[in-house]
Amino acid sequence: VMRYDFVLSFVTMQEVTATSRHYVDRLFDPDPQNVLQGVIDMKNAVIGNNRQKANLIVLGAVPRLLYLLQQSSSSLELRTECAVVLGSLAMGTENNIKSLVDCHIIPALLQGLLCSDLIFIEACLRCLRTVFISPVTPVQLLYTDPTVIPHLMSLLSLSQHTQEYITQIFAHCCKTPEHQTVLFNHGAIQNIAPLLISPSYKVRMQALKCFSVLAYENAQVSMTLVNVLVDGEQLSQVFVRMMQRDKPIEMQLTAAKCLTYMCRAGAIRTDDNCIVLKTLPCLVRMCSKERLLEERVEGAETLAYLMEPDIELQRIASVTDHLVSMLADYFKYPSSVSAITDIKRLDHDLKHAHELRQAAFKLYASLGSNDEDIRKKITETENMMDRIVSGLSESSIKVRLAAVRCLHSLSRSVQQLRTSFHDHAVWKPLMKLLQNAPDEVLVMASSTLCNLLLEFSPSKEPILESGVIELLCSLTQSDSPALRVNGIWALMNMAFQADQKVKVEIVQALGTEQLFRLLSDPDTNVLMKTLGLLRNLLSTRPDMSSHGKQIMQAVTLILEGEHSIEVKEQTLCILANIADGNTAKELIMTNDDMLQKIKYYMGHSNVKLQLAATFCISNLIWNEEDGSQERQDKLREMGFVDILHKLTQASDPNLCDRAKKAMQQYLA
Amino acid sequence: MQCNICSVLSKMAELGAGSLLTGDPAFNYQEHELNERLKRLYPAVNEEETPLPRSWSPKDKYSYIGLSQNNLRVHYKGHGKNHKDAASVRATHPIPAACGIYYFEVKIVSKGRDGYMGIGLSAQGVNMNRLPGWDKHSYGYHGDDGHSFCSSGTGQPYGPTFTTGDVIGCCVNLINNTCFYTKNGHTLSFCPCLSFQPNLYPTVGLQTPGEIVDANFGQQPFVFDIEDYMSEWRAKIHSMIARFPIGERLGDWQAVLQNMVSSYLVHHGYCATAMTFARATETMIQEDQTSIKNRQRIQKLVLAGRVGEAIDATQQLYPGLLEHDPNLLFMLKCRQFVEMVNGTDSEVRCFSARSPKSQDSYPGSPNLSPRHGATNAHLHNTGADSPTCSNGVTPTNKNKSHNKYTGVSSASSSPSSSPSSVNYSESNSTDSTKSQPHSATSNQETSDSEMEIEAEHYSNGVTESSTRIMNGTYKHQEILQADDNSVDDSCSSRQLCGGNQAATERMIQFGRELQALSEQLCRQYGKNATHKKMLQDAFSLLAYSDPWNCPVGQQLDPMQREAICSALNSAILESQNLPKQPPLMLALGQATECVQLMAKVRSGSCSFARVDNFLH
Repeated sequence: VMRYDFVLSFVTMQEVTATSRHYVDRLFDPDPQNVLQGVIDMKNAVIGNNRQKANLIVLGAVPRLLYLLQQSSSSLELRTECAVVLGSLAMGTENNIKSLVDCHIIPALLQGLLCSDLIFIEACLRCLRTVFISPVTPVQLLYTDPTVIPHLMSLLSLSQHTQEYITQIFAHCCKTPEHQTVLFNHGAIQNIAPLLISPSYKVRMQALKCFSVLAYENAQVSMTLVNVLVDGEQLSQVFVRMMQRDKPIEMQLTAAKCLTYMCRAGAIRTDDNCIVLKTLPCLVRMCSKERLLEERVEGAETLAYLMEPDIELQRIASVTDHLVSMLADYFKYPSSVSAITDIKRLDHDLKHAHELRQAAFKLYASLGSNDEDIRKKITETENMMDRIVSGLSESSIKVRLAAVRCLHSLSRSVQQLRTSFHDHAVWKPLMKLLQNAPDEVLVMASSTLCNLLLEFSPSKEPILESGVIELLCSLTQSDSPALRVNGIWALMNMAFQADQKVKVEIVQALGTEQLFRLLSDPDTNVLMKTLGLLRNLLSTRPDMSSHGKQIMQAVTLILEGEHSIEVKEQTLCILANIADGNTAKELIMTNDDMLQKIKYYMGHSNVKLQLAATFCISNLIWNEEDGSQERQDKLREMGFVDILHKLTQASDPNLCDRAKKAMQQYLA
Repeated sequence: MQCNICSVLSKMAELGAGSLLTGDPAFNYQEHELNERLKRLYPAVNEEETPLPRSWSPKDKYSYIGLSQNNLRVHYKGHGKNHKDAASVRATHPIPAACGIYYFEVKIVSKGRDGYMGIGLSAQGVNMNRLPGWDKHSYGYHGDDGHSFCSSGTGQPYGPTFTTGDVIGCCVNLINNTCFYTKNGHTLSFCPCLSFQPNLYPTVGLQTPGEIVDANFGQQPFVFDIEDYMSEWRAKIHSMIARFPIGERLGDWQAVLQNMVSSYLVHHGYCATAMTFARATETMIQEDQTSIKNRQRIQKLVLAGRVGEAIDATQQLYPGLLEHDPNLLFMLKCRQFVEMVNGTDSEVRCFSARSPKSQDSYPGSPNLSPRHGATNAHLHNTGADSPTCSNGVTPTNKNKSHNKYTGVSSASSSPSSSPSSVNYSESNSTDSTKSQPHSATSNQETSDSEMEIEAEHYSNGVTESSTRIMNGTYKHQEILQADDNSVDDSCSSRQLCGGNQAATERMIQFGRELQALSEQLCRQYGKNATHKKMLQDAFSLLAYSDPWNCPVGQQLDPMQREAICSALNSAILESQNLPKQPPLMLALGQATECVQLMAKVRSGSCSFARVDNFLH
């Protein structure tokens, strides 16, 4: 029986090829009427028949069809039928699209749009639409010829079909800020806005999608959108209407995206009712179990993006519809029940499981980024910490990244660092993640590590023991400023009130050369954290015998350079720490240049700098230490006492207090 | 202070001093707002049967509860030492099931000492010395801990806490029997209570001194967008109906639908349309064409006010029919008398100098466009005394259907013919849209040929009635209304029996015959109050100098012909062993009745499955 089947299908195959060849042959018939009939027959033959489509492509039908389509001698009817057949071929597999694109179908069809016949234009657009919405088509092809976009804009007024196809093309081909700008500059907003109230649902929907891709992270577009009126109504209100619960889910979701992007781009305030009472609840609804898996993913991601910077929105979302526990359901795919009952369902679940998990992690990260109570609520959600831990080592990079983002968000909580983070030993998978990961994961992971290395974190000890110093030092050599900051930051946290042993380890591992390189880092954050590291290293009476000179050089350099108050303050604090050490004191005392600088900063207009400089002097003249008398004398000669005296009258209570204490050293 | 004044005012209102309050324009405005909002939110609720909650009940509360501001503000006036001092108040009425989805909000004016407020629902009779949720048939969301209490002293973690300035809402979904609360316009997910018993009252409970809350039962716009939530459920129910699985029976359904349309056309005697429809759908028509045409002719005569001829035709075509139905005969004769007064019946028309058509044979009727009729509430009741309008639904639903249509109409006095009264013509098979604009003017211009006028005049009825089935009853009243208004313009030309002396004499004589018939029937079948009333009304017309503008003048309205026309049509059909009601009307009436039954058995979805949602 099986052999028989095989033979049968073989015969069928041959027949198909034979008929396919016949169709192609007819395209070359000398009689144009026969050609037309041939194309029409071909059209009827390929509808819904992927094998037939593939055959025709292999047999070279496409170039011939394109030739006929482009020939001005062809009748309009023939040209239109050619476009229809090509559109049908494009509806097949991705390979079909590739072949069509390789045959330069796009420029040919774009050329066809210059024709004046609406039916032909619509056929070309329909085919172009199908080609452009395929993931295998490079979107750039839409922008190669600068006359194309304006021409498409002008075709928008022709018919509902041109509107639908063109907006669909725009919605799919607007992927970068450059694309947004091109479309914006050619009047996309004015041309597409009226389509939002088109009688055709498809047109409304595609127009809406256009706005969501145009507004994404684009302040210029978003600011323009808020001022657009559609039939006398503000665009934001049109979007709000599209989010009504009786509208199709796709429409609600896309309208919510538009408003989200406009809000994030600063065009709508986060406390605007259309955000608080409409967009946010709509997105929370999209996360509910009733929605399709794809919708839940998009809903959660958009919601995470919407509320990321706003604690009030985070608070509202956290109590809306039990969102925190609703999200826990995102981790239950594929569910065991579906695995048994329906293989198709299992396949579907499997496909979306990763997406669901990463979306949930993202949303948790956003929810917990500011509010301590929400973080607590999240960590108390069923198996949450376990889920994050296993998420950190998932194969999908997207999930790993989202999991570490979530962990990072939660790691901002002192409470969680002390409890759940320690209980679940999250540092272990985190360290593993740091060994070998792409930069974006590394940034998040190392940033989380910074928090885990805070002195009150019980994870600090085991992390130290796991040999993390080398790894952090290597991060400081990264090309990415974010990684350099995190590396040095983590080292800084590690050095805070650390044992001398750890400090020595850090200095050895980092090396003075690298330390100085970081002190001249173009990124201020890196510089600040490096100074912070130095300050921590030099606290508790540092021994400066080894690198004293270099450090003094670096300090001089920074104090002389064009740096912010914060940087200088940090530097003076380092100096104060140096002034606290026995051998180190001499380094300053013998450096008149440095003493003059300290004097200068004591008279600075910024209180913070005055305070830090006074600290420095106070350490130098402290009694009970060897040579304090000489130092006091020298500094009196240099006029420091007068300055201190003046500072005891300062309006800032801290500064005043500090100066008085220093003066007491002289009096004692 | 303000509270006190308000409570005094509301007490006065209770004592019947309502005039004081109604004099306050602000209050009136709020009352109006409330009525409008409730009507919009709960269109399916019949407040005469199941009133909606509009305030807290001054009777159904614990003594520690004080009410003010039209019984909308609740304050605590007990000691508030412990939970034994808790106190609740219920709304005046339970939530009607016909709401489908019900919602109210409570604003926390002050959290008082400890903020132990509970918002929720409870059944009649639940102890009021408690917070909502603590007892059986009681449910509540509490401000101090944010817990939800479902008939239990221990709450479950549910939502955030709430305090002064917050607005808490409670939404009951009677379709899926769930409930959820809102805080400041945000939904807090479904409350864990599994089952709700029917007839729950909005309830609020307080426990410590200083606690004050204000209720909003619709007096003000809600913070939460409840209409949006309702729209989701309306869409759900509608799509459920639209997607009702018919599976294999698709063919059966089509046949049933075709039969319904066909029988409706046949019933009303749209002969040509019915024939065309039958041809197109390849269906059979039960009744033969001549019979349909006969009925059509008789109906046309009645509607034209030529009742005498109609009686003759009936007796000729359906011998014995009227003899076996003396009630119908009497009704017809009464009507004939009225038409004689009107000057339309052929027995008096023959005396008329002018062609009656050109003058006043159709007074009122053709001048009105029911589609643009005026909304007028006081007319709803008048419609109820015409029990068998030809286009109406089953009589039991009368009142309902009247009310329903008032919302969609708007006032207009544009002259156009009235479809409901003029459904009967051969010409209805021709393109009705073409004839429509013509018909609006034809009845004034054309006067030489009666039949031509009639054909023109009736032509536009077809499309109207077949698509707007229930309009009949509604239009009916609209025309009455507008007729009253137009009387002043047209009545000057109207005279008794067309102003002809001989005709008047004939009428008097006919009146005597009618009187004799009544007496004969009385002897034969016993006293009949309806007959007596009918006769009295008819004769009363003669007591006024201007019968068209007198208390019983309504009888002269051509719209009144519809009822008798329909009765006669049904009688003829019955005599031919055909249904006296078209199945389409039966189905419609049944569906309407069904939805009302659903409300009675507390099936909430009825509010979104209303029949008029599906009539266009």
